[in-house]
This record gives sequence, structure tokens and C-alpha cells, in this order.
Amino acid sequence: MIAELGHYALILALGLALIQSCIPILGARTQDPALMSVAGPSALAQFGFVAVAFAALTTCYVISDFTVANVFENSHSAMPLLYKITSVWGNHEGSMLLWVLILSLFGALVARFGSNLPMTLRANVLAVQSWIATAFYLFILITSNPFLRLPQAPAEGRDLNPILQDIGLAIHPPFLYLGYVGFSITFSFAIAALLEGRIDAAWARWVRPWTLAAWVFLTLGIAMGSYWAYYELGWGGWWFWDPVENASFMPWLAGTALLHSAVVMEKRNALKVWTILLAILAFSLSLMGTFLVRSGVLTSVHAFANDPTRGVFILVILATFIGGALALYAWRAPMLKQGGLFAPISREGALIFNNLFLTTACATIFIGTLYPLALETLTGTKISVGAPFFNMTFVPLFIPLLVVVPFGPMLAWKRGDLLGVAQRLLGALAVAVIAIAVTFTIAGQGSLFAAFAIGLAFYVMVGALTDLAERTNLFREPATSSFTRARGLPRSVWGTALAHFGLGVALLGVVCETKWGEERIAAMKPGQTVSISGYDITFDGIVRLDGPNYQELRGKFTVRSGGVVFEIMEPSKRSFPSRETSTTEAALMTRKLSQVYISLGDPSSDGSIAVRIYHKPLVLLIWLGAVVMALGGALSFSDRRLRVGAPKPASAKTALQPAE
Amino acid sequence: MRLLWLVLLAAVVGATPAVAVQPDEVLPDQRLEARARDLSRELRCMVCQNQSIDDSDAPLARDIRILVRERLTAGDSDQQVLDFMTARYGDFILLKPRFGSQTAILWLTPAVIVVIGVLGLLLLVRRQRKEEAAAALSPEEQARLDVNS
Repeated sequence: MIAELGHYALILALGLALIQSCIPILGARTQDPALMSVAGPSALAQFGFVAVAFAALTTCYVISDFTVANVFENSHSAMPLLYKITSVWGNHEGSMLLWVLILSLFGALVARFGSNLPMTLRANVLAVQSWIATAFYLFILITSNPFLRLPQAPAEGRDLNPILQDIGLAIHPPFLYLGYVGFSITFSFAIAALLEGRIDAAWARWVRPWTLAAWVFLTLGIAMGSYWAYYELGWGGWWFWDPVENASFMPWLAGTALLHSAVVMEKRNALKVWTILLAILAFSLSLMGTFLVRSGVLTSVHAFANDPTRGVFILVILATFIGGALALYAWRAPMLKQGGLFAPISREGALIFNNLFLTTACATIFIGTLYPLALETLTGTKISVGAPFFNMTFVPLFIPLLVVVPFGPMLAWKRGDLLGVAQRLLGALAVAVIAIAVTFTIAGQGSLFAAFAIGLAFYVMVGALTDLAERTNLFREPATSSFTRARGLPRSVWGTALAHFGLGVALLGVVCETKWGEERIAAMKPGQTVSISGYDITFDGIVRLDGPNYQELRGKFTVRSGGVVFEIMEPSKRSFPSRETSTTEAALMTRKLSQVYISLGDPSSDGSIAVRIYHKPLVLLIWLGAVVMALGGALSFSDRRLRVGAPKPASAKTALQPAE
Repeated sequence: MRLLWLVLLAAVVGATPAVAVQPDEVLPDQRLEARARDLSRELRCMVCQNQSIDDSDAPLARDIRILVRERLTAGDSDQQVLDFMTARYGDFILLKPRFGSQTAILWLTPAVIVVIGVLGLLLLVRRQRKEEAAAALSPEEQARLDVNS
């Protein structure tokens, strides 16, 4: 009954989406307020129905209703409640339902908080949002229905894949989807602007909070996925340039570019056409991220053959939205008026530089990810494009970008003074040089590139702080006066500085981990000791334990430094009989920002067990940097200028908001 | 349906979670071992999803890892090992494809985009400068603009 309720609610949502797809647009065309105002309540109701559908599926999981095929295939009655809930999106059908839940949530948010938008724009945005929703509802209902029943109820479920039974992966997809789907709003705004043939600085102001929110979630989602891979996969890597990772990284790069170009548009009324294109691209890449991953086509061309209906459906959706949006863009974009002249050396110039390199990086990843697929389809030649290719192309593209980062916020709009800014960045440069010298002295031969990378990281970090110091006249005025200035700075300025600082932090972590990480691989017997980076790690033995739905082999290691016991580390290997698979649970010991990492391999007949021990210097900075970046984004989001949903007097609701 | 999800999962995860290089594979000579590890990161485990043999737990990856170490012990240079592997398994094994007629687009795209982007921007600047000149700049401003660009 509950499953049928969810199914029915989803069909109702589809019905509403169909109405919302046409009526408001018709209203906007004919300037009919009654038709346009259909969009708001409809968007709210759509969210309501999808929420009911999602709640229904979740309930089926919580009560372990194995008559529902989806629950049977992905859940187990012995699983902890948390994982029963997270299994809802730990599979294809359920994750699509989560996708539309977030999509309808964003639509409802626009309806609820978009009262300061011009009425036609709001109607068009919500209609476009509904086109996307319609496509997804149809996709779910026709090819990926999570509510289907089994004719005969099995006694027990097949369990969630053990590797997904982890808190990190439980919250990773929702964040990623909040990011992906967040870009749908920006996309809808772009399409609405193209439909209206009108776009101005106010448009950028309305769009920026959505872009920021999406970007913040995507940043956190990617960071979380990376940390999960790090501790769960058992070989200590945190980024693999895997097609699936690339699929989430591309929208991030495009979104980051969009965030920056929207600033130019908002402040200077320039780069409009480009910003619209980026808005379309960011969401197109998100769609691809969702779908190409789902279809499995990235991993194997033959995956389509497994389920042709789904594959074809996906292709049609992709072609319609991406192709349609780009066609509309090609047709309407030339009509948009460009404005805002500027010199090459200016804040605009720096932001364009940023956009050029971010989009090139994005395009590089795009072609690297899809090239093997395209080549095999066209010529039958099989090649591989993996981490070495991406490192070799991505790094050179990112270095110039990082060099320019501190300049951007400090250059004046329209025409900047490069020499002046360079002078003000002398402090940052000095710190960088010291960092390079110190690193090189300590690490010695063969660390020149790493030393420069560390210098670059410090330069980016100090450069971000320099901007704040300059704006508050720090050290040039009494502290109290600087403090007053600091309080008066817009939050977006703090946000920018913080995000750029975070970039430097992450870079520092990446370099240190990559260059100075140590690894020991050994077959250890109880009582044996391995030394790594000043720690002596003794293997004490192994025990067998029973978990709720798995058996566990848990090793015990004592970490000593200079004879003093530091910590007991207990990595384990879990085997899940329901799926006949096993997972490694690495043990981590965090000392400041560095970690010692132990993961267990297979035991051998002579009583020893394969052990991998890593020392990862400053590894936590990688994710900490991402979190700082996200915080910067959130701070910028809270800027008064951008705040969505600031309460308006009742009269403003019906009035058309003049463009500021 | 389930199969599809598993395929996807394999992609999400990259592999089954387990350790890759086994203790019994490690060469006693640390320099050779380091070279073997570096080479392993360039070679694909052909039964895995875009994973290097260094990360992979598949039996095939283990075989190739051992083969790499055998070649290195026999005195092969890094390039010789890569050539040997390509001769045996085809270009598919290289995670960094060789530059050639079929991969030219792949390798050149980043550079081409940057060049086109820069050229496009230069054109934009020139057009802007004309418009700006029409808006009558002082000679001093014009001079500064020229210096800057």
C-alpha cells in the first residue's frame, strides 16, 4: 500500500509538472498574471508530492518491505537503521528519486523566495525547471521505477553493497546531487533569459546565490567522496581521475568559472553571453555526470546493451536538453546586448583569465574522459586515458591560474594597475620565496618542483590575506580603525578571501602528501615491528569478531614513537556473507594534520598477514582546504546583497521589481 | 538491472577494496622497486575500470606487476618495459596514450583551446580599443593602455 501511494504521488507530480511546463510560459507570452501565477503553487505542490513519494520509499526500506523489488535488491533486515535509510539512494532507482526530490525542492524554493523576481522571469524559470522535472519523472516511471512489487515476497533482502555501508558514502550522494541539481536553477534562469531575450546585471544578482549554493554543496560533496575513497578503498589514494570522479569535477570547474563570470556581469554588465553559456554548460555537465555514470557507458560501451530502453532514454534526455539549450543559445544570444568596456589588465581581465583556464581544464577532462569511448566507437581502437594523462595536462593548466588568483580581487575594475598590485603582493611573494628556500634546504635534491609548489601554495594563501589586509588598512592605521573597516567589509569579500585561502591550503596538502608520503608493504607476523616516518608500529595479533551483518578480522597494532606508546590502531577486514564481498576498514591515526594509515590485506598460510602502512604528511589539509573553500562560498552566500528570501513588504509581491 | 548497478558500482569504487601490491612481489632492491612502482602507475589493469595495476587487486594486475619487476631485474630501461608491454598487450595498457595520429586531438585540445581563447580575447580587446578610441581617450590614457597590453 505504501509503495503504491509513493508511485501514485510521483504520477501526480508528473501531472503537475506537465501543467507547470506550459501554462506559466503561455502566461508570460500573453502577459496574463493569472496564468503566470500557476507556477508558484504548482512548484510547491510538486515538491509536496515528490516528498510523499520519497517518504514512501524510505518507509519501505525502514520496515524492510521485501515485496518491493528495489528494497529486496538493496536492503537487509539486519542492517543498522542508518544504512537502511541511506540504501534508499544507494541504488539507481532510489538515487533518481532523490534527484527529483532535490529538483522539486529547488523549484519550490524559487517559488517561495522568488517574490522579488519580475513576474515573467519567475514564471519562465519555473516552467523550464518543470521541463527538466517532467523528463526525470518520465525516466523514473518508465525505466527506473523504485516502487515495483515482486510477485512473491522473499524472506530476506540481498543487502546493500557493503562498500556503501559507510557514513561517508551515505551523505556523499545527497551533497553531490544538491550541487548538480542546484545548477538546474542557474540553467533555468539562463533559458528563461534567452526566451525573454533580455538579460541585465540584476539577472546575475538573482542567479549568483543559486550558483554559490550549488557550488558549495558540490565542493563538499566531492571532498567527501574523496575522503571516503581514501579511507575505504584501502590504498590511501584520494583522487584517481576515474571517469566517475571526473564527471563530478567537470561541473565543479564549469560552476567555478560561472561563479566568477557572474561577478563580472553583476558588477560591470559585461560577459553576459559568456555567462549564459557557462550556466548552460554547468548544468549540461551535471546532467552528463548523473546520466553517463548511471548508464555505465563510461566504463563500458556495452553497458548500454544491458538495458537499451534506459540507455536510449538517457541519450534522448541529454540530446534534448543540452542540444536544445545550445541551439536556443546560438539563436538568441546574439540578440543580447554586450556592455562594459575594460582594459586587459583589470579585475574583469583577471576573471576572464580565470574563466579561460578553468574552462580549458574542464574541456581537457571532458575530452580525456570521453576520448577512449569516442575512439572505440569510431575506429574500434581501444586506448586508455588515465591518471598520468590528467596529471600531465591538468597541472600545467592550473599553475597559471593559481599565480593569478591573488591578483584578481586586488585589481581595480575597468583598468587595473598591475605593477601596483604586484608591489602590494611583495609580502606574499617574499613568504613564497622563504617557503621554497626552507623546503629545498630541508628536503634537498629532487624536491625542486615540490618546493616551488609549496611556495605557490603559500603565495596563494598569503595573497588572499593580503587582500583583506589592504582593504582594512591593516598596519597602516591603528588596530581599532582596521577592525572597524574589517567589520564594514561585505561578507562576499571575506568569502572570496577565505575560498582563495582554502585553495592554497588544499594545494599544500596535495603537494606534501604526494611528495613526502611514505609507504611500507609487509607480510607481518604477530610481534613484528615496522618503522615509518619516526613511528614504530608493532603488530600485536588478530581477532575474529561478529558484526550485525558481517564477520570481521581485526588486527591490533601498537604505535610507538621513541619507545612511548602513542596509540593502538585496529584496521579490519569485513566480509559480508549476503553479498560474498568484503571491505577493508583502514585504521587512521591523526597527529596534527598528518595521518598514519594502516590497512589489512589477506592472511597467508604461514600465519602472516599482508599489511600496508602509510604515513601521509599534512594529508588532512586536502579536505580541510575544500571545507575552507566551501565556507568561503557560504559566507559569500550570506552577503546581504545576495541573500535570497529577504522578507519583502507584502505590496512588493505583486509589483514588478525594477532592475537595480 | 542489478548488473547495471554493479557495473556502476564498480565504476564508483574503481575496484574491490583490498590491497594492491603484495609483500611477496616487492623487490629487495629499493631503487628498482621504486621504478617498478612508477611504471605500475602508468600501466592499466585491463580487466578493471580505468585502474592502474599498482592500485588493482585483480590477478591479471598481479601478473603484470610481477612481469614488470622481472623485466626491470633483467636490466630493461623504463621505456623498454613500456615498449614490451605495449607490444604484448597493445596501446590499451598505457594509461598515458602515446602521441599519434589517433590521439593528436586528445593531446592538442588543451593547447588549442588556450590559443583560441587568447586570440579571441585579443580580438575582443582590439575591438574594444577601437570603440574606446571613438570615445576619445586622452593621449596619456592611450599610452598607458598600450604599455599594459
